[in-house]
Amino acid sequence: MHTIDLSVTPLREMNATLQALTADSNTRVWEIANPKGAHAIACGLDAGISVTVMGHTGYYCAGMNKQAAITVKGSAGPGVAENMMSGTVVIEGDASQYAGATGHGGLLVIKGNASSRCGISMKGIDIVVHGDAGHMSAFMAQSGNLVICGDAGEALGDSLYEARLFVRGSVKSLGADCIEKEMRPEHIEILTDLLARAGCDAKAQEFRRYGSVRQLYHFNIDNAY
Amino acid sequence: MEDHRTPPRTVPIASATFSDPVTAEIRRAAATGIYDIRGGGAKRRLPHFDDLLFLGASMSRYPLEGYRERCDTSVTLGTRFAANPIELDIPITIAGMSFGALSGPAKEALGRGATLAGTSTTTGDGGMTPEERGHSNRLVYQYLPSRYGMNPDDLRRADAIEIVVGQGAKPGGGGMLLGQKISDRVAEMRNLPKGIDQRSSCRHPDWTGPDDLEIKILELREITGWKVPIYIKIGGARPYFDTTLAVKAGADVVVLDGMQGGTAATQDVFIEHVGQPILACIPEAVRALQDLGMHREVQLIVSGGIRTGADVAKAMALGADAVAIGTAALIALGDNDPKYESEYNALGTTAGAYDDWHEGRDPAGITTQDFALTARLDPIEGGRRLNNYLKVMTLEAQTIARACGKSHLHNLEPEDLCALTMEAAAMAKVPLAGTDWYPGKPGTAY
Repeated sequence: MHTIDLSVTPLREMNATLQALTADSNTRVWEIANPKGAHAIACGLDAGISVTVMGHTGYYCAGMNKQAAITVKGSAGPGVAENMMSGTVVIEGDASQYAGATGHGGLLVIKGNASSRCGISMKGIDIVVHGDAGHMSAFMAQSGNLVICGDAGEALGDSLYEARLFVRGSVKSLGADCIEKEMRPEHIEILTDLLARAGCDAKAQEFRRYGSVRQLYHFNIDNAY
Repeated sequence: MEDHRTPPRTVPIASATFSDPVTAEIRRAAATGIYDIRGGGAKRRLPHFDDLLFLGASMSRYPLEGYRERCDTSVTLGTRFAANPIELDIPITIAGMSFGALSGPAKEALGRGATLAGTSTTTGDGGMTPEERGHSNRLVYQYLPSRYGMNPDDLRRADAIEIVVGQGAKPGGGGMLLGQKISDRVAEMRNLPKGIDQRSSCRHPDWTGPDDLEIKILELREITGWKVPIYIKIGGARPYFDTTLAVKAGADVVVLDGMQGGTAATQDVFIEHVGQPILACIPEAVRALQDLGMHREVQLIVSGGIRTGADVAKAMALGADAVAIGTAALIALGDNDPKYESEYNALGTTAGAYDDWHEGRDPAGITTQDFALTARLDPIEGGRRLNNYLKVMTLEAQTIARACGKSHLHNLEPEDLCALTMEAAAMAKVPLAGTDWYPGKPGTAY
């Protein structure tokens, strides 16, 4: 394992080092020491490496990640794993707003709580929140799965497209065009797999599923408000 | 014999307020209950570059010899932070227009024409297509609120990144790509089902305000190794403050889009009633850059109704570093060509007025995803036509600059201009023709 100490190494140098790694690089396990809430830590990675950030991060940690497995041993600031393409990002603590925004793929696990707009405009990413998620989560979410093991805040799934939302706790309110839907066997199967991959011992049968009514799919002035 | 029982009647006078287009729109709204959606940008007469004139040289200025003495047109964009600024041969770029709104052949033609002319093209709300990356020597990748098709590989394939915060035709408004134009390919690029409307939000999903944007730009620079310039595109609404904040957030280049700018589809009421003409916006943006000591350090690209070399030269004289064209480029490719007049008539319009681009039935094959229609546009011929047009604009601008005694388009200055109208004088802050005064001039009473 190699360690990069952010109190010594500049952010640019650290990211450049990690971004330069390829599938055949010798050193595949990395640790980032002293992150101290810095922004843009380990963003733009594109190799199957393992990176552990030893503390809290600022904005956009693991942004646009591809392939890498990134763990934050602390809480993450806004926009963690934004637009992630593939790989895995695990936040041991809480995540601030817009976690996993516009993510196209991969798995984002938040072991604490997620703030507002978690999974906003998600486009294929899977997000598992062990705790609660704030308001406007999955706003305009297009595809992928958002799993909230705790409670969901106001306006869950507003203007939702085809993403699937699973909530174990309460939902303060649903957003426009979002309704509760039947949990069919295929959904239990998807959710069981996601929970297992996210290291969560909750039972899939405890969750409710929410999805789009699809009334906003074609412009209709009656939907305006 | 005159009939005194029916006295002479007054001549019918149409109302200037309730004109034919206004009453027609009232009838259309009453019949449908839906506001008009269209493309094409503002159509009403607005204060514009036509209201400015160049003074030319006689005694007090010394002109350059046409065709013999050099008038340079090159421009470098992104000199503030980027390791690899963009070098353009001409200061006329192609504005962002999405694949989805435009056909694949249209995007390819734009790339071919711009490359021949030595300038850049820009992607749009829909991601980067092989057609435009393959045929554009210099391609600017738009980073939009929708993030359709956004991925780090394309970011790193781009020559610059343009963060779109606003658009001149609809500052504050989101995008609308209606289901008629969502083909299999468009749907796949945007991660959405085929045939459904695609709403683009009016705000970016993962930042709010200029302080967040500054951090977002740091992330984009980290992902792209600080190599490419970061543009910030703003709608022409509050140009002084928006330019100031864009510079503060870390922009290498500010793109300022006035209300004459085109759009693929939005509400007519938005297009015609929100934002300001580009003529009014340029001096305020330049003033912001000057107040920050960043004029020419952060480059300014302006767009919104640029049509001729005279427009280019006037924008330069007011302080812009380059211009961008959208609607004009589409017309150069063949949009609204009279050769399709009968087909335009069948759509209830006429060549020159067709603006229902959102319906996907464009006879010219430019603003559609219909295979039979898109096949009508030959991208090689379209590229040739665009290159010709860009060359003509450049020659026109050079001709004017030489007449003003300038060896580079960037040497044009407000002192080379006068205004034909009080409005234009006030907005451009150049003297009314025949005077040394403009409304609001410091030290004067009015």
